[in-house]
Amino acid sequence: MSIVTVQLGQCGNQIGHEVFSALCSDIRGTHGLCSKNENQSYQDSCKERFFCEEESAVPVARAVLVDMEPKVISQALSMAASSGHWRYSSHSHFCQKQGSGNNWANGYCVHGPRHKEAIMNLVQKEAERCDRLGGFFTIMSMAGGTGSGLGAFVTQCLRDAFPTSFILNHVIWPYGTGEVIVQNYNSVLTLSHLYHSSDALLVHENDVIHKICAQLMNIKQISFRDVNQVIAHQLGSVFQPTHPAGGGSGYSRNPLGDLMETLVPHPEFRMLGLRNIPQMPESSLPYSTFSWPGLLKHLRQMLIANAQMEEGIDWQVRPPQPGSSIPSTNKPLHFNTSIANLLILRGKDVHSVDVGSFQDPSLYTSWLNPQDAFNAWKTPRAFNKYEKSAALVSNSQFLLKPLDSIVGKAWNMFASKAYLHQYTKFGIQEEDFLDCFTTLEQVISSYTNL
Amino acid sequence: MTQSVVVQVGQCGNQVGCRFWDLALREHAAVNKKGIYDEALSSFFRNVDTRSGDNGPDIYKGKICSLKARALLIDMEEGVVNEILQGPLRDVFDSKQLITDVSGSGNNWAVGHKIYGCQYRENIVEKLRKTAEYCDCLQCFFIIHSMGGGTGSGLGTFVLNLLEEEFPEVYRFVTSVYPSGEDDVITSPYNSVLAMKELNEHADCVLPIENESLFEIVNKIHQMINSGKLGSTVKQSSLVTSSAGNAKTLPEKPFDAMNNIVANLLLNLTSSARFEGSLNMDLNEISMNLVPFPRLHYLVSSLTPLYTLADVNVPSRRLDQMFSDAFSRDHQLIQADPKHSLYLACALLVRGNVQVSDLRRNIERLKPSLHFVSWNQEGWKTGLCSVPPVGHSHSLLALANNTCVKPTFIELKDRFMKLYKKKAHLHHYLQIDGMEQSCFSEAIASLSDLIEEYNELDATKGGPRIDPSRLKIAV
Repeated sequence: MSIVTVQLGQCGNQIGHEVFSALCSDIRGTHGLCSKNENQSYQDSCKERFFCEEESAVPVARAVLVDMEPKVISQALSMAASSGHWRYSSHSHFCQKQGSGNNWANGYCVHGPRHKEAIMNLVQKEAERCDRLGGFFTIMSMAGGTGSGLGAFVTQCLRDAFPTSFILNHVIWPYGTGEVIVQNYNSVLTLSHLYHSSDALLVHENDVIHKICAQLMNIKQISFRDVNQVIAHQLGSVFQPTHPAGGGSGYSRNPLGDLMETLVPHPEFRMLGLRNIPQMPESSLPYSTFSWPGLLKHLRQMLIANAQMEEGIDWQVRPPQPGSSIPSTNKPLHFNTSIANLLILRGKDVHSVDVGSFQDPSLYTSWLNPQDAFNAWKTPRAFNKYEKSAALVSNSQFLLKPLDSIVGKAWNMFASKAYLHQYTKFGIQEEDFLDCFTTLEQVISSYTNL
Repeated sequence: MTQSVVVQVGQCGNQVGCRFWDLALREHAAVNKKGIYDEALSSFFRNVDTRSGDNGPDIYKGKICSLKARALLIDMEEGVVNEILQGPLRDVFDSKQLITDVSGSGNNWAVGHKIYGCQYRENIVEKLRKTAEYCDCLQCFFIIHSMGGGTGSGLGTFVLNLLEEEFPEVYRFVTSVYPSGEDDVITSPYNSVLAMKELNEHADCVLPIENESLFEIVNKIHQMINSGKLGSTVKQSSLVTSSAGNAKTLPEKPFDAMNNIVANLLLNLTSSARFEGSLNMDLNEISMNLVPFPRLHYLVSSLTPLYTLADVNVPSRRLDQMFSDAFSRDHQLIQADPKHSLYLACALLVRGNVQVSDLRRNIERLKPSLHFVSWNQEGWKTGLCSVPPVGHSHSLLALANNTCVKPTFIELKDRFMKLYKKKAHLHHYLQIDGMEQSCFSEAIASLSDLIEEYNELDATKGGPRIDPSRLKIAV
């Protein structure tokens, strides 16, 4: 099944480009550590998912590029074309001239309705090019105006036009100390709207990725390109072909569906975090060896202690003792309770890995059956030159603190009525803001009481 | 890509505007090596086929034929505009973009606003429409004027009003030069306060400039060059005050150095809209992020670095120094000290080879020494543009919505009241058709209200931080 990617705004388009580059370079690589047949099968599966084969030329990404100003899209198109290994279709982008001015209301109330037809036409065409449509993957930031506002509108349109398809929104959370002053307003408006139309939100936080670049990747002068490449690597480790949970030889045919099924058992809980291990500069790879038990031990503790990367993990945090019926409010502080976890393992000796430590019921909330709460997908084909790599997609309290912080700051600003005139100018009123705050306070409350 | 139109009004406005066009050409010449008319150029210039005369059609792509500025030059006396038309920039403007008269406004806001406003209204509207028609997507009007005189102040604010009526969707950014204390125009307080009311009500963003600050910056650079220590290693073309390195060498006139600073301000402000970068900051984003309440739209600006050393091996300590300088008192373009006042919002537009980690590091470093209003503790808007200005490897423009503008306004009010209490020179204004005492009282009331808004915000500074309680959800 194929996935149609919708890249929205500057962030969405910059990241989208890095994602397709990473996917392409992975399948072309010789680091697979598996048989030629296996490799071929992997390549074919990836291509079917993300690329459209043209007769003689390079693969064409199954993507729709949307932005309200032209500079970023033209850069993405030309960079892809000049790579020589893949490209974007020349008819799958939509831009305007003026941008959204970091104004969510402008993106949602003005640009959205105005350009709905044109954008949805492009999406429809891309969907029709798929033999079987597996769903939509949208990439956007929450802080700006286009990705956030227009992105929320487009997600709603996708839901209306494709009621039975899966929609996964990849959302970038901005740096805590501002990139955009009204980012907290834009974030609150985006998240609350996405919660109503999307199936799940997969979140990356700029602060976290920045730390990974600084401490693990040893990059001195970190650029947005570096950040986006780490994000692309993490996404690739989730979305490249995997064998389905029950074993079986072929690659999974329904990646988004499988993801939703394993991770979103309850509609109130849709926020997914992503952790990846190991992460290091490419130059260090030939000199490093990893063991599965080591990797999983770290990853498990990262989950429990809500660590953002494999350095600086707090090993003191432990899950509550099983056997005693502890009401959720008495759980030890800092312990990260999960609803559902998905482990995606790739590389050498993957079938021998023991994932029992993740099936410990004390990791999970009490109202779900622990057997349903955890899944592991194992694939022997290595990813992106890492001999062994593990990705954890988690529906847990990972994002509780950042979400609470964003809502708190936005509320603070809202109480002083600052910047509201910029939103009411385009059609978002105070009552709309209040509705959004209510939705998110509900989400925060639900996650807190796990 | 969007276009902007510059409307330069009065002697000051036109002299600054002239410097702007000169430096804009220099900047594009440095970036655009192939002589192709590209999108960046189109934001301020038209490409006209002049082979068959001045009225040739616009060429939208391909080689540059003749660049024409998207500008309107307005002055009620002919001296300044004539000088521009006889100078090296004469080919950049055509006669249809000029509106001039002979006798000037006599340093009288009322003459500029009421008499000339009325007289030239239709002419101005027609020429604005024509300029707008040449634009594919007009985003912003830049008005350049001074506050203390008659034409720039009076007619300039009349045009501001007009722009709001005729082009309500287009942003209005006003660069206003405020009179200094020792201004030789006695009635400048009247003119400025009358103009302030218009700025309060009709501008989207105002960038106030004070001659004293420009003068101090110019002096600083002179001292540094002549001190002999670093002088010989400074790149001439990098001076924020110079137009060196330009193909059309103009003789330096007295105010040129100071006006170049303002011209550079406008170039840096629009750089992210014209050139590409990893985090774009367009003009509509500036307005959105820096104006929390409609009337509080006065932005204190600072430009760094003021010069570059010719030595190419610039250590990154220099980069951090650039950020520190942007917040220091002597780099601001008005007499103000933002560090000791309250920030409502702050924007940093970085140009050149600077990455997001450099930006973050410096924000973290400088944050503790700055006071931000309680509901906007992380009130930073940032932009990264890849193309540096001429002669620099990187540069920074800081725009602050900060209560440090208050002293400037309070002084203005005091000077106004000194004259007004004695009714000095009032008759020059009141004898103009359309002017009444109420114009004055309304204007001073508008200024007082503005000062009061800033006072209220200042009162919250340093106080205990009480966050409003969050919504409670029934479990």
